[in-house]
Order: sequence, then structure tokens, then C-alpha cells
Amino acid sequence: MSALAIRNLYKTFGSTDVLKDISLAIDSGEFLILVGPSGCGKSTLMNAIAGLEPVTAGEILIGGEEVTWHTPAERDIAMVFQSYALYPSMTVRQNIAFGLEMRKVPKVDRERAVERVADLLQISALLDRKPSQLSGGQRQRVAMGRALAREPQIYLFDEPLSNLDAKLRVEMRTEIKKLHQRLGTTIVYVTHDQIEAMTLADRIAVMRDGRILQLGTPDEVYNDPADMFVAGFMGSPSMNFIHAALEGNPGDYRLRIDTQAGQGALTLPWPGERETPEMARCVGETVILGLRPEHFSEEDARLGDQAEGTLFEATTTVVEPTGADTLLQVSLGETEATVRLGPKSRLVAGERVALRIDMSRAVLFEEDSERRLA
Amino acid sequence: MADMIRRRTPGARLLRAGLYALLIVAALVYLMPLVVMILTSLKPLDEIRAGGLLTLPQEITFEPWIKAWSEACTGMRCEGLSGYFVNSIRIVVPAVAISTLIGAINGYALTKWRFRGSELVFAMLLFGCFVPFQVVLMPMARTLGWLGLASSVSGLVLVHVVYGIAFTTLFFRNYYVSVPDEMIAAAKLDGAGFFRIFWRILLPVSGPIITVSVIWQFTQIWNDFLFGVAFAGFDSQPVTVALNNLVNTSTGVKEYNVDMAAAMIAALPTLVVYVLAGKYFVRGLTAGSVKG
Repeated sequence: MSALAIRNLYKTFGSTDVLKDISLAIDSGEFLILVGPSGCGKSTLMNAIAGLEPVTAGEILIGGEEVTWHTPAERDIAMVFQSYALYPSMTVRQNIAFGLEMRKVPKVDRERAVERVADLLQISALLDRKPSQLSGGQRQRVAMGRALAREPQIYLFDEPLSNLDAKLRVEMRTEIKKLHQRLGTTIVYVTHDQIEAMTLADRIAVMRDGRILQLGTPDEVYNDPADMFVAGFMGSPSMNFIHAALEGNPGDYRLRIDTQAGQGALTLPWPGERETPEMARCVGETVILGLRPEHFSEEDARLGDQAEGTLFEATTTVVEPTGADTLLQVSLGETEATVRLGPKSRLVAGERVALRIDMSRAVLFEEDSERRLA
Repeated sequence: MADMIRRRTPGARLLRAGLYALLIVAALVYLMPLVVMILTSLKPLDEIRAGGLLTLPQEITFEPWIKAWSEACTGMRCEGLSGYFVNSIRIVVPAVAISTLIGAINGYALTKWRFRGSELVFAMLLFGCFVPFQVVLMPMARTLGWLGLASSVSGLVLVHVVYGIAFTTLFFRNYYVSVPDEMIAAAKLDGAGFFRIFWRILLPVSGPIITVSVIWQFTQIWNDFLFGVAFAGFDSQPVTVALNNLVNTSTGVKEYNVDMAAAMIAALPTLVVYVLAGKYFVRGLTAGSVKG
């Protein structure tokens, strides 16, 4: 039995379909992240799960029970909002206990629940303060405490970290992960930050235009994307998309990238183990080669013949040392490609650089449909 | 706000002096009637007859105030304003409380529980702010008669509540628009219903706008003359109607000092309310306009 199941959900505002045929199921204890650009419907889906907005068609089940037309109060869920949404007239203690009070939990048990979450989130010292006397990070903790006190079946997090500054956001991200590991709670989490999605999720649902494009583990979504949108959305810097001509035949496919000003073409052999039957359809046509910045590496002369991947030379146009690694922009065919190298790289813009491409992790897309080819 | 860097050239100083002079003159013009009223109300009648509106009283007497309060004749009765003052309080207090409460609930429903047509309902309520008193006199008289509330304090309370709801709804609606919807969503998820959210979450943060609504409604209803004179019975006339009767009584000597004292008595409560809560009034009207 799934902790949460959504079946063929539709939501229409006037003539626009905000959610189109959404189906998903998550297990108890699972951490699901809904990710996508703004306007993709992820917050609408969250509100539908919470019962804050009625759906047009479809079913929502929580713990096996149909709740599609239940009020938010009747669903066993708690939500953490982007703006924290604390009650300004109440103390932290009252804020945390409010949900229990509404559910007629005896005072003694309420006190105990407040103590428990205050310990868990290290906010015991703040219990008698008003929300206006708290910092952003503290408010965030109180908002989480309010959700945790009720021990609902499902927790919903609606972009909970986006109002925090960068440093605090990373800290809270780790803290949420720790909490999840410790308590084994079922969480649905909305974000537009793909790093949050990658680091926190058990599974990620990438959404666009009201549809789930791909639902999978962070590893699947990152390394085995369903289409160009998912591939481009996940990962920072994002994947390089390079136009190439597909040549050859099964067992011996090659990708030819025409370089600028007739300097000859770069031909990359496609690894045999990554061939798909669909590729045969596209021989002689233009396809899109997807290469992540880390699929490139600097040629290391010491490795000699043992080096793997295809060697090529390119001119760097921009060098961006970030400390942890160095990002290069190099011309590859008609496009500029981003390359991630180690921090020791001492390249200067304009220099020629010898790079190797690890084709065993490359992905291939159809040009028109942007669908995955191989 | 208080600190500002100003130009210190002679021209700028002159301009500033002129500005203050203008403001002081304007303030004096506005204060003059009040000064005349207070001075007159504290003088014996002989002194008033001797002339000199602005001369200070040679002998201060509170006799006119006492007379206005408990002895002056309003029409046939000579019991002063006291009874009518009490009538006004009996009208104003429930009318202000009820219209403010209904306005708050309306504003809450119109912003946080939007329904199909809620904008239309608000637009129509807003229209109510522009309906002149005179238009509703006849229909209201029929309605009060039909309800059996004609010539009673309850009838006047009802009239003022109905007339005031348009304004109070407008106040609260505009205030609650700036309260984040997520806060209401959080309360819904916590299990609170319509009225629970209102009492526990919204009302405690409504202080500034309640003050605005109370001052506005208090002033409007206390100062009302037309509804009072049209719908009040002999026993339920508000102080404004009684003041009119007192001043217009044509028998006997014209006692200017008593008239002035009576007018001061009738005006005092609104003055007191504004002095006590005026700063919250301004604060409430501008609430939400600036963040922070």
C-alpha cells in the first residue's frame, strides 16, 4: 500500500490545463521531490494533495484511503510553507501546539509534543517568543516544528528553503535530510532548485507544463534522462547539447560534428553497448548529443595509450575557476560547450586544449521531438 | 522622517517662516469657533449680553453646563441632555460593535474564502458607501415598521448597522487582503474551521483596522442627526436631535451659554475618542502600504 497515490489527476483553471494526467505513488518513508521551472504546476499539485484546491478530475489516496474530496483538515497531512506562515499573534509554543489543540489533543500530550519537537529542532530556548522576534532560519525551524508536532502520515514542503540566504539554505538542507533519515517520514517536497532535488530526494518527479516528464531516482534522472528538457534542467552547469550527424550502421555508429571554418570534422564513435534499435531510423539525420561538463577531461600524457575516450583539440574562450573546479567554455561544432576540469588546471582563455570525451556516459536525443534516442 | 537636511539660505528661511505663519493662521481660524463656544459656555448671561465674543469671562461659572445636562428644556420636557446622551450611548455602542464585527467577518470571507461572485458582492457593498442617507429614509421607515422596530433604540441600531456595513466591510477587506493566504492555508491544515481561523488567527492581528472601524463608526453614528430625527421615538432620541430641540426652543430667554455648553456636551465623546485613539486611526489607515 502506498502512503500517497495519485491517479490521473487533472486540474483546469478556465481554459488552461494546469495539471494533465498526473499519476504517481510513493511508499511510506519515501522522500519525493517535485521539481520544475515556475509555472510547471508543481505547487498546484502540492495544493491538490493538501486539499487547498479542488481538482478537476482524478483521485488522491492517502494511506490507501480516498481523500480527493476531503477538506485539508480531514487529510492526515502537514505542510511547511515558503513564507513559513506562522501565526503572528501566538508564541512559538502556541504555534506548534495549535494543530494538536484543534484536534482536541489533551493539554499534557500537547506539552509533551512541543517539548519533543523543540528538542529535535533545537528551538527550546525560543518557545516563548513571538514569530516577529525570530530570524529567518529560526522561523523555518518553527514552521517545521509545527508540522512535526502532529506526526501526520505525509509532510508537504513547499519551497521551504527559498527565502533563506545561501549559507543557511545549505545548512537547513542537510538538517532536513538528517531529520528524514532519523524519523523515516514520508515527504513530498516542491522546489525549483535542482541541487536540492538531487541531494534530498529518494525519487524526483521532473515536471513541465502540467505533466510529469520523468519520475525516478536522482541517479536515473541525472544519468538517464527521459528527454532533453530533463537532461537540461538537472545538473549545474547544465548538459551540453551538440548538433551532430548520425552515421554508420548497427554495431558501428558514429557521430560527426562539423567544426568551424572547415577545420575538418570531429568524429566520435558511439559505444556499442549503448546502441538502441531506434537509432537505425535516424541514420543520416541530425541528432543532439548530450554531454555533461564532467564527461570531458583534460588529456593526461602520463596515461599514454591507456587513456579512454576520444581525443580532440579545441580553443578555450572563457576560463572560470570556481575553486573546487575550473569551468571552461570551448568551441565544439557550432556551439560552445561547458567543460568541467579539476582545480589544478591553469589554462588561459584563448589557449588550445586537448580534451577527451567519455562517450560511455553520453546520451542522444532526436532533434525534433527532443526525445531520448539512446 | 523627522530628520532632513534643509537648505539654509535666507530665502529658504523666509519661505519657511511664511509657511508656518500660514499654518498658524489656518489653525486659528479653525479653532476660533471652539474658543468662542468654550468661553461663552463659561460666562454668565449678563456678561454675554455685554458683548465681546472673545473676551475672557470675568467670573467663571459652570451653571450653564449643569443646566444643559440636567435642566434645559428640549421641547416640552425640561430634563436637560442627560437622558438623550444615554440614548446616544445605547444606540452607538451596539451599532458600532455589531457593524464592526460584521464588517470583519465580511472582509474575511471576501478575501480568504473567495467564492464565485465574491468580487461582485464586494462591488455591490462598495456601492453602499455612496448611497445618500435621504434615499433610504422612506424604505427604511417601512422596513422598521414592518419589523416592529419603529421609534425604538433597537430600530436605530439596526439602521446604523445596515448603513455602516458597507464602510466596515471595505476597511476590513482591504486590510485582510494583505494578510498572507498561506497563513490561512496553514490554519486549515491544522484543522481550524471558518470561525476558528477568524477568532484565533485573524482577529488578534486586526487591532489597527478595528480601531479605524470603531472611530469611523462611532463618529458617524454619534453625529448622525437625520436617522435620529426620522426614526427615533420620544424615548429614543439621540443627543444630536435633543441638542437641536434645545437650541430651537422658542419660549423664554435665549440662553446662549446653555446652548454652547449643550453643543460641547454633544460633541465631547467623538473628540475624546479621536484624542485617545487618533494615532492608531492614522496608523491603521496606512497599514500595509509600507512593508516592514
